[in-house]
Amino acid sequence: MKGSELTRARLRSAFLFLLPMMVVLALVAGWPLGRTIFFSFTNANLSEIENFEFIGLANFYNSEWGGLLSDPAWWNAVWNTVWFTVVSVSLETVLGLIVALALNMSFPGRGIVRAAVLIPWAIPTIVSAKMWGWMLHDQFGVLNYMLMGVGIISEPIAWTANPDTAMLAVIMVDVWKTTPFMALLILAGLQMLPSDCYEAARVDGVPAWQVFFKLTLPLVYPAIAVAVIFRALDSLRIFDLIYVLTSNSEDTMSMSVYARQQLVDFQDVGYGSAAATMLFLIIAVLTIAYIMIGRVDLAGDKR
Amino acid sequence: MTHWSLPAKIGFYILILAIALFAIFPFYYAIVSSFKSPSELFEVSLIPSLNFENYVAVFREQPFARNILNSVIVAVVVVTISLGLGVTAAFALARVHFRGRGLLLLTILSVSMFPQVAVLSGMFELIRFLGVYNSLWGLMLANLILTLPFTVWVLTTFMRQLPKELEEAAYVDGATPLEVIFKVFMPVLWPALVTTGLLAFIAAWNEFLFALTFTLSNEMRTVPVAIALITGGSQYELPWGNIMAASVIVTVPLIILVLVFQRKIIGGLTAGAVKG
Repeated sequence: MKGSELTRARLRSAFLFLLPMMVVLALVAGWPLGRTIFFSFTNANLSEIENFEFIGLANFYNSEWGGLLSDPAWWNAVWNTVWFTVVSVSLETVLGLIVALALNMSFPGRGIVRAAVLIPWAIPTIVSAKMWGWMLHDQFGVLNYMLMGVGIISEPIAWTANPDTAMLAVIMVDVWKTTPFMALLILAGLQMLPSDCYEAARVDGVPAWQVFFKLTLPLVYPAIAVAVIFRALDSLRIFDLIYVLTSNSEDTMSMSVYARQQLVDFQDVGYGSAAATMLFLIIAVLTIAYIMIGRVDLAGDKR
Repeated sequence: MTHWSLPAKIGFYILILAIALFAIFPFYYAIVSSFKSPSELFEVSLIPSLNFENYVAVFREQPFARNILNSVIVAVVVVTISLGLGVTAAFALARVHFRGRGLLLLTILSVSMFPQVAVLSGMFELIRFLGVYNSLWGLMLANLILTLPFTVWVLTTFMRQLPKELEEAAYVDGATPLEVIFKVFMPVLWPALVTTGLLAFIAAWNEFLFALTFTLSNEMRTVPVAIALITGGSQYELPWGNIMAASVIVTVPLIILVLVFQRKIIGGLTAGAVKG
């Protein structure tokens, strides 16, 4: 009897503990998200956000001017974002794995190298975009200077302005900035591997590459999968880096940059909200798919 | 590594050297550039001189001290609120069994996956309605969406790892749940609080999209927006020396913090990623 009373008291206090957090979260996340979705069905304008009419699904599709789903600029942004995500996350995973494997060895100076690897992660995105913007400068950039010195290129490349290299530049900066995050997550996974398997493999004389593909990779795979999904969801909403490095250029415009341009620069709250809602839906579907497929132990009951 | 052949050892050290150079060089080059006078800036050299011209100019040509203060105020307030709300919420989520707990955690996790742009128009309307457009209050409100779900999530992960006996003994002695949190959990939890607070601070300090959209005047900008919007005489003539000086000023404290707390940060990042 006393036990259930105690449980009830604890449940009551748990509810009280959760309430303030839930109220704040509803105010700063739930309500604005709901309003964004609401605005996507209207023709609201930024200068007079109170005056709007319902136009149904016209922002998404209509026979008059097409709407979002028949806007080539939107599909260009979708394609850019997907391309950016696939290429940068793949590169970050491979490089992150290499860095993690190297840092998992014991060698003199390991602590210093691990600290050095954290530096790109610690630098604010805007700062790294500006730093690289300067290094990639077409006339005075150190990268052109080095590449020309070695003879790889014969004349300076306008990395961020040239349509062929702009996305490459964005990917390069993102890979530099985020590989440490990947490497550290994978390293944490590597350090939890049981050492007795390795001992056995060494005694049996299994070649190193087989140890890697048959033992290390399968064991560390869950850690890699989690890191990849986190990075992919993060890359799909990329804004800062692209906005600062290449501004509103068509060649690199991501979904987030497109939505903000419609919303703020063109003041079209209705249409911009429609784009933002689409991006939200894409990420929501992927998140749910991840949780369903990965069967994430959310409540921690299986522990 | 002891049984490796000599070429393998040399190859390994070349790889390590390449990793370290790749990580450090861009920031090193930013430091070198920040100490160059405008005329020296256009010759590539890797050895720093000591010319503080750009550092003086950053503070003279825009309210950069004010921008730094803005960033500190917003980040500190947001982190304090997030930790305050997060500790009690995480206690309930980690230590009490109730129906719908999994769903609630799922919601919190999804909020931290939100694309910021998805709340932009709704947040803009809310900020206008509350009369806090172009003020630090508006930025604090908006930044909570970045730090609060993250704080709750990471603290919940940390609290789950604590042994059950810890609180049971206190309950037997007649402690209330609030006393359990502050007298029993807090003393063992403070390393987690430092880590979570630091990571949330970095998130708020680096926030760009909200600060860009919800502020208008130079005096209300935070550091990332101020740096992104530094302009020179014409559109094609960016004062790169000033930009690099400003970048170095705001990055050095962050790098020191991260290096001092590096072990804790790695633990926090690992806890932030869901363990499947």
